[in-house]
Amino acid sequence: MTVLVLVETEAGQIRQASRSAITAATKLGDVHALVVGNAADAEAAATLAAKVPGVAKVLKAGADVLAHELAEPVADLIVSLAGDYSHIVAASTAVGKNVLPRAAALLDVQPIPDVMAIVDADTFVRPIYAGNALATVKSSDAKKVLTIRATNFDPAPAEGGSASVDAVNVTVQDTVSRFVSEHTPTSDRPELESARVIVSGGRGLGSAENFQSVLTPLADKLGAAIGASRVAVDSGYAENDCQVGQTGKIVAPELYIAVGISGAIQHLAGMKDSKVIVAINKDAEAPMLQVADYALVGDLFEVVPELAKAL
Amino acid sequence: MKILVPVKRVVDYNIKVLVKSDGTGVETAGLKMSMNPFDEIAVEEAVRLREKGSATEVIAVSIGVQQAQDTLRTAMAMGADRSILVLSEESPEPLAVAKVLKAIVEKEKPDLVFLGKQAIDDDMNATGQMLAGLLGWGQGTFASKVEIVDGRAEVTREVDGGTETVSLSVPAIVTADLRLNEPRYASLPNIMKAKKKPLETIQATDLGVDMTRRLTTVSVAEPPTRKAGIKVGSVAELVEKLRNEAKVI
Amino acid sequence: MSEREAMEFDVVIVGGGPAGLAAAIRLRQLNPEANVCLIEKGSEIGAHIVSGAVIEPRALEELFPDWLERGAPLKTPVTEEEMYFLTEKKGFRIPALDRVMPHLANHGNYVVSLGDVCRWLAEQAEALGVEIYPGFAGAEVLIEKNRVVGVATGDMGITRDGEKGPNYQPGMELRAKYTLFAEGCRGSLTKQVMEHYNLRKGVDPQTYGLGIKEVWEIPAENHRPGLVVHSFGWPLDDKTYGGAWLYHFGENLVSYGFVTGLDYENTWLSPFDEMQRTKLHPVFRKHFEGGRRLIYGARALSEGGLQSIPRLTFPGGALLGDSAGFLNTPKIKGTHTAMKSGMLAAEAVIDAMKADRVEPAAYTSLVRQSWLYDELKSARNVRPAFARWGSKLGALYAGFDAMVLRGKAPWTLHFKHADNETLKPASLCTPIAYPKPDNKITFDKLSSVFLSNTNHEEDQPVHLKVRNMGLWKTVNWDVFRSPESRYCPAAVYEAVDTDTEARLVINSQNCVHCKTCDIKDPTQNIDWCTPEGAGGPNYPAGM
Repeated sequence: MTVLVLVETEAGQIRQASRSAITAATKLGDVHALVVGNAADAEAAATLAAKVPGVAKVLKAGADVLAHELAEPVADLIVSLAGDYSHIVAASTAVGKNVLPRAAALLDVQPIPDVMAIVDADTFVRPIYAGNALATVKSSDAKKVLTIRATNFDPAPAEGGSASVDAVNVTVQDTVSRFVSEHTPTSDRPELESARVIVSGGRGLGSAENFQSVLTPLADKLGAAIGASRVAVDSGYAENDCQVGQTGKIVAPELYIAVGISGAIQHLAGMKDSKVIVAINKDAEAPMLQVADYALVGDLFEVVPELAKAL
Repeated sequence: MKILVPVKRVVDYNIKVLVKSDGTGVETAGLKMSMNPFDEIAVEEAVRLREKGSATEVIAVSIGVQQAQDTLRTAMAMGADRSILVLSEESPEPLAVAKVLKAIVEKEKPDLVFLGKQAIDDDMNATGQMLAGLLGWGQGTFASKVEIVDGRAEVTREVDGGTETVSLSVPAIVTADLRLNEPRYASLPNIMKAKKKPLETIQATDLGVDMTRRLTTVSVAEPPTRKAGIKVGSVAELVEKLRNEAKVI
Repeated sequence: MSEREAMEFDVVIVGGGPAGLAAAIRLRQLNPEANVCLIEKGSEIGAHIVSGAVIEPRALEELFPDWLERGAPLKTPVTEEEMYFLTEKKGFRIPALDRVMPHLANHGNYVVSLGDVCRWLAEQAEALGVEIYPGFAGAEVLIEKNRVVGVATGDMGITRDGEKGPNYQPGMELRAKYTLFAEGCRGSLTKQVMEHYNLRKGVDPQTYGLGIKEVWEIPAENHRPGLVVHSFGWPLDDKTYGGAWLYHFGENLVSYGFVTGLDYENTWLSPFDEMQRTKLHPVFRKHFEGGRRLIYGARALSEGGLQSIPRLTFPGGALLGDSAGFLNTPKIKGTHTAMKSGMLAAEAVIDAMKADRVEPAAYTSLVRQSWLYDELKSARNVRPAFARWGSKLGALYAGFDAMVLRGKAPWTLHFKHADNETLKPASLCTPIAYPKPDNKITFDKLSSVFLSNTNHEEDQPVHLKVRNMGLWKTVNWDVFRSPESRYCPAAVYEAVDTDTEARLVINSQNCVHCKTCDIKDPTQNIDWCTPEGAGGPNYPAGM
């Protein structure tokens, strides 16, 4: 079996999420990596993709119509290449989720999004109901179209492989959509939902002043977003849009540092899917410590500044 | 300009579903059902465009069991002008839904189709993209802003690390993300009035669409619960673990 | 004066529980032309219903003689009954239950989910043409020329600071010839109506209980559908009224709960923790082993009985069900009485409508002539006997009352105090050491509230209004050490900074609408108002 993986690049690197998708794809068969972009970007990306161990062949699709990875031309391109591939795979990123379902429809396939585990070539585990249940689904489609949840597969290394690169003759056109602009927020503070690291505070901070003065230096050091428990928001320590939890935002960063948060189930519901959880709390009995990967029992007013300094 | 808004009836977002103890699925019997929250945002956006004069008619459509008419009534209470209920099994797959919607689009000939970006039950995030593919239309997914400029739809999309704006020729598909707007309440007077708005019912089987399921659910399980990790004795130890063991900093 | 829209009905009913729904159904049965509108603050019918429940089908049978064919969800007949007096380690089973405690004989009764029964009643009502609008709270009684002329639903989209937010929607006036209040125990509009018309004049103060309930799913091999278990005694002291229930019903489901009389004296008592620790008693524990907890909820109930029922009618309407206090306390059942009261009120309203009378006064005489009155009359002395003489002597009196007097005692025992007056200062009470939750059989409050699916729109004024915060410090904290943080079963109230300057934090989002704070606050300083419609718990099927 051979698997086609749509690979994304970012700042001259293969995106980590795409390297996770490659890892997942290697469990299904030989991996062909498809890189798209304008001629120069595709060339650069192809060189990078060829070095990722596990990639057997790189398909380089360079053309102006592909410059912004818009769904319409990229889906058409995938369909034109779909041929004998058993699986078509991408990471569950904004691009993957935009492109793959469209390609699947054109191939008359029901896509399987957010794959967390591969049981066999036809059977996959994916979250439903916001991750409150995990469904194992079996596809009867001849070809499978999957997006991969990056946090469940270790990214393939960036270096170590040496795949061949084939240029694809791009004939697809885009008559319906046009790229206008992109906007990357200038604030240093990332959005809560997309942040890689979140520093989050609770009642233990005691006041709005402490909330800022204790958490901000740590968040700055880590390039982290700042979150808050409902109690902290209700007590006026933090703005409402910082709230993480059942009634606030649901987040799943790589690192979640809970400072002075007891960890009521309502809060856990909003962050339990974080990859690594650190709890800093003076109460050794706090429920947060029951779910944390690393717990530090101590006075947050001493520990947090010390941590910021140590980083 | 006519806007079609497909809406889905799902377990209310306040309800936490439980996995059945025999692992065959989640227990949905007798749970409160509501309109998918992302679809509410799509309805709101369509109604706002009509209120601004950019659109002339908003049509809500739902595919599913008879009770989905409650969801359509809610859409009409929010401002949709009329609605269509396509009777089928409960919760068909996105591919089948996209095919049914394609048939409805061919009949109603809307200029825009607004959908929620995903349903909060199956979390597929696929129907809008698939419908766009089947129709050969442009797609503005995960929209945080929609404007009609010179007869084209200018859609600002939420992408990883920021936003991106695309311009789509009309007809086009837009799928709504959370920040597009804050949907209004269906007020009591409007709920009363919505009872009198037209609701057409058709059978999915009459549309000549193949709705065969492609996925079978083998089992459903609760996610594993997180276990307590380790207690670290000092900040230095914590930093060491985060760097070398967890590799997150 | 207002930008509100208005709509006219013959009858508006506030509350979609058994009383309101039975009234709605009876109205349309008697007059299919009557236009009847029912509003419910829960997001759907059943969303705010908490009850045991073992129900007596008597009223249902009168409402729908063919209830069985109509598919009413009464599927589990009571098959076995056990009543225990508990001590810390042991349970003594009461023999000859049907003679000693005839109120509790449940032959012919059914274990149900009352939420499901209400959902079914709502379907029947809608089929009869009743307009039902869940998700809208009655927030204001409309009184014109001293007649109740309807209610207004609450405004939506008011921000926490009381300003009109971007999604502001004014409430709506639902105007009616007759307005029926069926809000259940301690209805917030009922409270206003009782005060306006002085309906409680000359009757005993109402006394209440707080019922806290869990629904469990247990292994099939342990399930005995139709088993009904009750207990009294431990863990409560002899002065405190209350006890546990446990019913097996449905598909491997168990309804377990605990009622605490809110006339309790010990400020350290926590009804929630009494409920949790009772599960550990050998009589109960075995039922939970290997099971999983599905749902949690709480609701106050009226226990005063006949002596505490206020005047039932006023110009333009009437009080129904537990809003009036029709619960039969010794029977621990209120569904059949609530339904019956709703049906009788409907008859009186139809009668008044024909004659164009302002007050449906015939309701009171219809009640007096019905089995509802006989039943409450024969039960009237049991609960006050417990209040006076404690659990053991109260139970003896109850047995004597049943076996010897057969409910026909020539005297009536009265309630002397409202529940907010009974607490003793913290310094005079013995603190109670409750065991820590084991997270298998017993749990903490917040993880419990999680299972009630409770939510309130965040940006709205706090619906639990403390009239005078200064009073909280000097009375609730200094004297009673914040009883609300213990009696509230949803962790709404928290005393914080207790080492320095104690203050009260109100987590109103957690509120499960049980109304206990409105009842038990020592100075009646807390006013429970309706939050935005559809807020509160979302109890699923099976509750």
